[in-house]
Amino acid sequence: MIEFSVNKTRANLDVDPSTPLLWVIRDHLGLTGTKYGCGIAQCGACTVHIDGQAVRSCVAPVSRAAGKEVTTIEGLSPDLSHPLQRAWIEEDVPQCGYCQSGQLMSAAVLLREKPQPTDDDIDKAMTGNICRCGTYPRIRKAIHRAAGNFAKRGAR
Amino acid sequence: MSRAIHRREFLKVSIGAGGGLLLGFRLAGTGETLAMQNGSAASFTPNAFVRIGTDERVTVIVNHSEMGQGVYTSLPMLLAEELDADWNNVAFESAPVDPKYNHPVFGMQMTGGSSSVWSGFEQFRQAGAAARAMLIAAAAQQWNVDPSKCRTDSGAVFDPSNRKLTYGQLAAAAAKLTPPAQVPLKDPTTFKLIGKPAKRLDTSEKVNGTAVFGVDVKMPGMMTAVVARAPIFGAKVRAFDDSRARSMSGVHRIVAVPSGVAVIADSFWQAKMARDALHIDWDEGTMSSFNTNQMMQQFREQAKLTGKSVRRDGDADATLAKAAKKLEAVYEVPYLSHAMMEPLNCAVDLRPESCEIWTGTQFQTVDRANAAKTAGLPDEKVQIHTTFLGGGFGRRANPQSDFVVEAVHVAKAAGVPVKVVWTREDDMQGGWYRPAFLHAIAGAIDTNGKAVAWRSRIVGQSIMAGTPFEGMADLKGKGYDPSSVEGADDLPYEIPNLAVESHQMEVRVPVQWWRSVGHSHTAFATECFIDELAALAHQDPYRFRRDLLQKHPRHLGVLDLAAQKAGWAKPLPKGRARGIAVHASFESFSAQVAEVSVNDGKVQVHRMVCAIDCGRYVNPGIIAAQTEGGAIFGASAALFQELTFENGRLRQSNFHSFPMLRMNECPEIETHIIESREKSGGIGEPGVPCAAPAIANAVFAATGKRIRRLPIRLSEAV
Repeated sequence: MIEFSVNKTRANLDVDPSTPLLWVIRDHLGLTGTKYGCGIAQCGACTVHIDGQAVRSCVAPVSRAAGKEVTTIEGLSPDLSHPLQRAWIEEDVPQCGYCQSGQLMSAAVLLREKPQPTDDDIDKAMTGNICRCGTYPRIRKAIHRAAGNFAKRGAR
Repeated sequence: MSRAIHRREFLKVSIGAGGGLLLGFRLAGTGETLAMQNGSAASFTPNAFVRIGTDERVTVIVNHSEMGQGVYTSLPMLLAEELDADWNNVAFESAPVDPKYNHPVFGMQMTGGSSSVWSGFEQFRQAGAAARAMLIAAAAQQWNVDPSKCRTDSGAVFDPSNRKLTYGQLAAAAAKLTPPAQVPLKDPTTFKLIGKPAKRLDTSEKVNGTAVFGVDVKMPGMMTAVVARAPIFGAKVRAFDDSRARSMSGVHRIVAVPSGVAVIADSFWQAKMARDALHIDWDEGTMSSFNTNQMMQQFREQAKLTGKSVRRDGDADATLAKAAKKLEAVYEVPYLSHAMMEPLNCAVDLRPESCEIWTGTQFQTVDRANAAKTAGLPDEKVQIHTTFLGGGFGRRANPQSDFVVEAVHVAKAAGVPVKVVWTREDDMQGGWYRPAFLHAIAGAIDTNGKAVAWRSRIVGQSIMAGTPFEGMADLKGKGYDPSSVEGADDLPYEIPNLAVESHQMEVRVPVQWWRSVGHSHTAFATECFIDELAALAHQDPYRFRRDLLQKHPRHLGVLDLAAQKAGWAKPLPKGRARGIAVHASFESFSAQVAEVSVNDGKVQVHRMVCAIDCGRYVNPGIIAAQTEGGAIFGASAALFQELTFENGRLRQSNFHSFPMLRMNECPEIETHIIESREKSGGIGEPGVPCAAPAIANAVFAATGKRIRRLPIRLSEAV
């Protein structure tokens, strides 16, 4: 049995500990907002947080989450209130939308660590997340917009 | 905020006592079922495209697939415009497969050819106008006034004394009326929504993880299958050993299917691990010695011969023979993968009397027919539920419905609902690529530096040959595939002696339309060669094009706009250089200026300025998004992408070997839209073709060397 918390809810699972966290989240926990894109940590569509750090869940065995706090896109906010979600909506970022869960989860760690990120900071934090539709310019704008919101809200 | 999250998926989340989160949902059948489930059976459904509830919600049923291009917003805007709906109450729903949702021009339900908005422009407006007329009639009856004296605004009808009834209040009464046959449409000068920015309706669910893509579909008792497919096109399973795979945890069944061997298991990971543990003896077939290097060599030899004539103005050969200055160049482009972020997948619930399919498809009618044939059911017993598509780019419009038919075969063997999921490697190595092409072009200028001859020989595989579309495209009659030469056969430059020839090559690599289809390679060849002719004539490449486009005002319009916004004549910082390209496709006109630098053998694209004329547009935000996304899609191919075969095996498998632009490599992009009253053109694809030639021409401006092969390798520049 592996026990960890997902979006503040305890999960207790009888699963092969080498199973990638991604597939436990999707197939066992039914949280399908986290996406499969490549399986080899090349695209970032599967990005989740383990204890607040961005992790490519397609290559992280579920055992790595044992006893830890996992946050998925469904746990980013209960009501689209996260500044990044609001900025994504304001900037009309998504096209097909498939990569956006991962983009948001990577950006959330960036903003927590650097509330006022520079373009270089954005490059460093977001380069692991591919978008085939080419929403990068809007992602960049939305992160800057959310950073503005953070400032107005007194930072996090 | 959640107004868009009213699709046909019902989510029920419960927290299990000891088992973590449980989530199940089902997809209801038709819109009618939904109305009853919502307790709003009194909803007003005047036609196939709209339903108005007593709760004021206006649900637009969209017959095109949402793959990022924005049809779940732009098509509802067309309907809401004529309906005078309150945009805040508008939602979308994907249409079931039904002839009434056929593309009005292509005669089947499908999404492709950058055609959704222009083909729906009258259809959706008419549907909205008809609904509006019935709501007015219902209100006029109630008030006992002349309907022609009533007006509508923001989801309500008003009489001359400003009495008001909302559409929700009128829904039940309007539902009893007979729909009018034809209703006059608005004068475009009075549009309130069309042509104005509006937020996409599908963003909320795409930023909180609730948007349902094909890979997210779940049904009670559903299993997941992963298929071992042929490592070489045309290879067949001779025998397989599944003794280890069968004993692995969660494995339900292992079965041979026409495409390979399917492992059906409780979950994806279990299915994948067992699939990887199979030992399969393949009969490799005739493609086991196939190499793309040899193929391109054959293409080069073929290009020395006269091809099937596609266009002939004047006498290009004679003019070339006696020309003052001439130039020959050979351009080559590789096979390419669509590489949608969501790998292919398809879920099937096959019963003795029915077949329900959930997938992200661009080809509902074709898929239904192919699935029905595979299932041994009549077409009407097969229903397709179109989910969101995690990218399409043409791959999900497969003439053989490869990923759907295979899933039906697996479902036949599974005996339970099953979802077939492709890995990234399966998807990339599964074929149906943009074909490799070679363009051999010869051109000449006269003593005044004016282009006088152009002969282009285009060598490559047909994407239409052998498909049901062969007849539609009249391949046999023409002797060439129009989609192989589109964008080259209608070269707009005024050159008196012009010949375009086609060599159609037979190669047994499955090929298909890839975002912008033939234009994805013809624009590279034609726009690089015109740039080469400009250099031969010692003329500015922008001016040179301008002089030859005097009879093409829409080409000129975008060319001038892109050049002006890019500051074409203004000097750049040291090390930077610009390139330009202009190209028409899908009834739209595009020009792009790329600004690059070249350092340590690496090309960096700093800025791209795009100009687009797509006629009358619906949503400028979506026009800009598609144009910039298209430019990035084209730039990824130009800079990085190729598929190569060695001994029949594809050498690329995932994003490490088939890269695309990432955030740190993405240029600044700006889009400028031409205001136009011309008929709407396409927008999903026209942003792609100019990117490669604009970048390649900028590399020439920076280095003095020509790029004649994609992806760009400076070591190959000449």
